[in-house]
Parts: sequence; C-alpha cells; structure tokens
Amino acid sequence: MTDLDTRPSAGEVRQPTVDARPSAGKAFRAILWRDIYVTGKEFWVFLAQVALQPLFMLFVFAKVLNAGGYVTDDYAHLLLPGIVALTAFLTALQTVSFPLIMEFSFTREIEDRLLAPLPTYLVAVEKLLLAVIRALASAVIMFPIGALVLGSAPWHTDGIPLLIAGLVLGSWVGAGIGLTLGTMVPPSKISVIFAVILTPLMFTGATQYPWQSLDSMRWFQVVTALNPLTYLSEAVRAAVVPDVPHIAPWICILVLLASGAASTAVGVRGFMRRAIN
Amino acid sequence: MTAAVEVRDLVKRYPKRDVNAVDGLSFTVEPGEIFGLLGPNGAGKSTTIGVLTTRVKATGGEARVAGVDVIRDSVAARKLFAVVPQQTNLDRSLTPRQNLAFHGAYHGLSRTDRFAKAAALLDEFGLADQADVKVDWYSGGMAQRLMIARAMMHEPKVLFLDEPTTGLDPQSRLFMWERVRDLRSRGVTVVLTTHDMDEAAEMADRVGIVDHGKLLALDTPEGLTRSLAGHAVLDLSVTPGDGDDPDKLVAALTDVAGVERGEAVAGGPIRLYLNTDPDTVLAPVIAVLSGRSATLTNVHMGAASLEDVFIDLTGRGLR
Repeated sequence: MTDLDTRPSAGEVRQPTVDARPSAGKAFRAILWRDIYVTGKEFWVFLAQVALQPLFMLFVFAKVLNAGGYVTDDYAHLLLPGIVALTAFLTALQTVSFPLIMEFSFTREIEDRLLAPLPTYLVAVEKLLLAVIRALASAVIMFPIGALVLGSAPWHTDGIPLLIAGLVLGSWVGAGIGLTLGTMVPPSKISVIFAVILTPLMFTGATQYPWQSLDSMRWFQVVTALNPLTYLSEAVRAAVVPDVPHIAPWICILVLLASGAASTAVGVRGFMRRAIN
Repeated sequence: MTAAVEVRDLVKRYPKRDVNAVDGLSFTVEPGEIFGLLGPNGAGKSTTIGVLTTRVKATGGEARVAGVDVIRDSVAARKLFAVVPQQTNLDRSLTPRQNLAFHGAYHGLSRTDRFAKAAALLDEFGLADQADVKVDWYSGGMAQRLMIARAMMHEPKVLFLDEPTTGLDPQSRLFMWERVRDLRSRGVTVVLTTHDMDEAAEMADRVGIVDHGKLLALDTPEGLTRSLAGHAVLDLSVTPGDGDDPDKLVAALTDVAGVERGEAVAGGPIRLYLNTDPDTVLAPVIAVLSGRSATLTNVHMGAASLEDVFIDLTGRGLR
C-alpha cells in the first residue's frame, strides 16, 4: 500500500500531505470535470433530452403543415432560429433545475461537492457554467438537425458574433432561472414546474413567431415582452434571418444581461440557503 | 497541542423556533481520541456536527477543527475534516472507484495520487472486487464502507461519523469498529454520534451526553457509569408478601446501608443502585425481604450501564 501504512506514535496527529495552497480553483475544475464526464458518459441520454422535442416541433410545424399547405417555406426558416433559442434556453434551465431538486433531497449527492474546499457559492456558479456549456452544445446540434429536417438551414455569416453572444447570455438566463427553481421547488412539486412554469415560458417566448408580428395582439405582445426567452429568440433571428423584422439586438443583449444577473442573484441566494442552514 | 475539536459556548437557533437547538455547548476533543456524542433525537447532536462540518451557520459561539475556525474559515476547515453521514450520499452517476477518485480531485489530489489511493482504500475496505460496478448495487454495509473510504481520500485530521452502525448487520458492525480503531491508531481523531449505548461504551474514549442543546455529562464511559449512584446495581426478582407492593418494598430497601436509591421496573425486577460492593449489601437486603415475607426468586449483581446513565440524565419521556 501507499503512504497509508505510515503509523505515527499514539496521540500524534499526522500532517496532511494534501496541498495546503488555495484550493478553490482546483476544486472548481474538478467539480466541472465531474459534470462534463457524467454528461459524456450519458451522451445519448443527453442527445435525446435536448434534440427530440425540438426535432418533432420542427417536423410538424415546418414540414407536415407545409405539406398540407398551411404554412409557407419562409416559415420554416423563421421557425428554426426560434427552435434553436428554445432548445438552448430549456437545456440550460433543465440542466440545473431537475438534478438540483433531486440532489438536495433524495440522493444528497451534492453533499460531497458542498464539502469540497471551495466557497459554497462557487458550486452554484459551476452549475450555471455547466448549463451554459450544455446549452451551447445543444444549439450547435440543432442547426444540422434542422437542416436535415427542413432540407436547408438559414445562415448569415455576419450574424455569428450576435448569435454567439445571444446564445451565451440566453443560456445563462435559462440556467439562472433553473437555479432559482431548483433551490425553491420541493421534489413533490416537480410536475407542477412543468405545467405552471415551463409550458408558459415555452409558448410566450416568441420562439414560434416574431415579436413584431404580434402588433395586432397588443396584450399578448406585452406578455411575451416580459419573458426573457423572447429576447433570446429575437437575437437569434436577428443574427440568422436579419430580414425578418425583430427587436433591436442591443435591446435584446441588454435585457438578457439584466435578466441573467437578476436570476443568478436570486438563484445563488436560494442555493446558499439550501446548502447552509 | 492544538485540540482536534474545540466548541465554545456554541448557540444555534433556527428561524421561527423559540428554543435554541444548541444552547451554549462547550467541549474539547483531544487529538487521536474517539469521542462519542450521545443524546436523544432532537438533542442538538446533528446541529453541532453540522456547525463543525460547515453545513450549519452558528448563531453564536466558537467552533474549531484542528485549530481552524470553521465559522470564519470554512474553506480551509474542509480540508481538515471528513464526514460520513448516516444516510448514503454517494454519487450514483459514478462507480465506487470514481466516487473515491473524484473526491480526491475535489481535494486537489493529482491524477496518479488519487487512483493509487483509491485502489489502496478499496482494498483495505474489502471493496476491490466490486470497485467498478454501479453504486446502486451496493448493500447498506458496503455503501457505508465506501463512504468511510471516500472520507479517508484526503487524509482528514478529524472524521465525523453520524450513527455509523445503525442498520448494519453484526459482521459489518464489527468490521466498522475495527476500522474506526485502526483510524485512531493512525492518529485520526474520530467524533461519532450514536444511539447505541453498547457501541459508545465499546468504542469511545470519552462520551459527551447532550440534551436540549446542553452538555449534561462528559467523561470516559467508565467514569460516567461510576458517577451514576455508585459502582454497581442489584436486580432482585421479588414477589411481595400479602398486603405489600413493590413500591413499599423499594422504600424499605432504600433504607439499607449502601443502597443509594432503588426503582421498581414495571413487570420486571427491583433495581437497587449501590454505592458499595453488592456482596456486603446482599445479607441485609435478604433480611428486609424476609422480614416483609416477600419471596426472592432471582438475584443479579451487575454494573450500571451507559444506558442507565443516559436514561438517568435524559429521562424516560419519548421524543
């Protein structure tokens, strides 16, 4: 065996051989690596989770309805960016919320990470970072899948910086909302999240329609303006299909920044309350 | 030498409660000691351990582990202790070996170090053959062993064990006791909470009994049992004579020199707590009994157990 066999005389406490230097950076990387490793190990599950629902949505709304003559070809190119936005947002939200609800209650799996030598709030920050990484991966997967379903995907090289900025910030907002839900909702209420929070978020986020097309439905336009997902959808559309009328990108970025900061602040507070009594 | 654990005037009040969960608790655990924290449910044991392991925020007082203030410097403190909870909290997305390796990584061990150490610990805890299966397949005893192995990955100075043998079969329990003694011989200080009085008497060098957030007694198990009304107990199975009842008998027997106090356990024997040797008391006791024409059917001489001390201090009321 290794150094475990060194037995000091009775009563003497052995000096730890563990590195005594500031440990937070190492611990943070190790915790992030754990989550990425587990994602990789269950990659097919991850793929099914993120890709299946948007795939069917694209197929039915853009392909099946188009075949029946209910929607035009242009609608498909308008829908894909919205679906990419929705996928990134929901992936980020679900990456944080559902595991956290379980880990804080039944499995208590998070305890080993809460006792790692790093400030507790960084464990929450790691969750947010992982969520953004997974959300970006899901967005990257969605473009080729969309192209495959639709036969072609809209593309606009000049819009790439805005696309990336929008997706990173939008995923961050989704992750922040996920953190808030994950620390607030008891496990018995998981199904309520779906019904009462997730579904309205999905359908008031301007993912299936451009925001400005709602001019004739003022009340619904106001409701969608309150959903941060709207600004992600608008930003992605502005980046990919700039010809479609959209909210000015700077407004989208600003609102996403503010929503990200607010949801993170609330989420981290909730996390700290759960982690330390 | 720096105390392994030092708790001074510790107070914890949870929001919306009108009593303190921990109410001015103070005790010190010496390095290399096995220290047992005993108390009924809700006595404040878990809250105390929670503060010491940085999971509960103290309302007042001080708490140090290996000289580090756990309240002000929780990150540094986490390198110095490890916790084995009562309920399993293993990472079920990982194999047993990965559970140990990732724990090592969280604590800054290099890749080579953590895999070497994980292999050694799996071997030591008898888990080498099932190191790469699903954690879900583990029995309670195996999960418990794996959690102790995980705790040892970062070589803590103090190990907190919460009810380590509750729900384990006798083999696992003996194995656990052996491992805990082994840890002590390596210089690891062990703080354990338990309801099992035999376990506390068997394992702990010193025992603190806590109730209502306060420390009621602190001594070696022998010292505690000695403090309880003398050295020994005398159990008498007696059938009272006509017109007599057990309570009156106890009253009469308590007058015998050497008997500190007595009690009639319902449906059971009369128990006398002695402050002298049982054999010097036996003859006068029999004289009292025959004087009241009671029939003596059985006599048992024994020492007071830790459980007697526990009940004496915390009462018989259900929590």
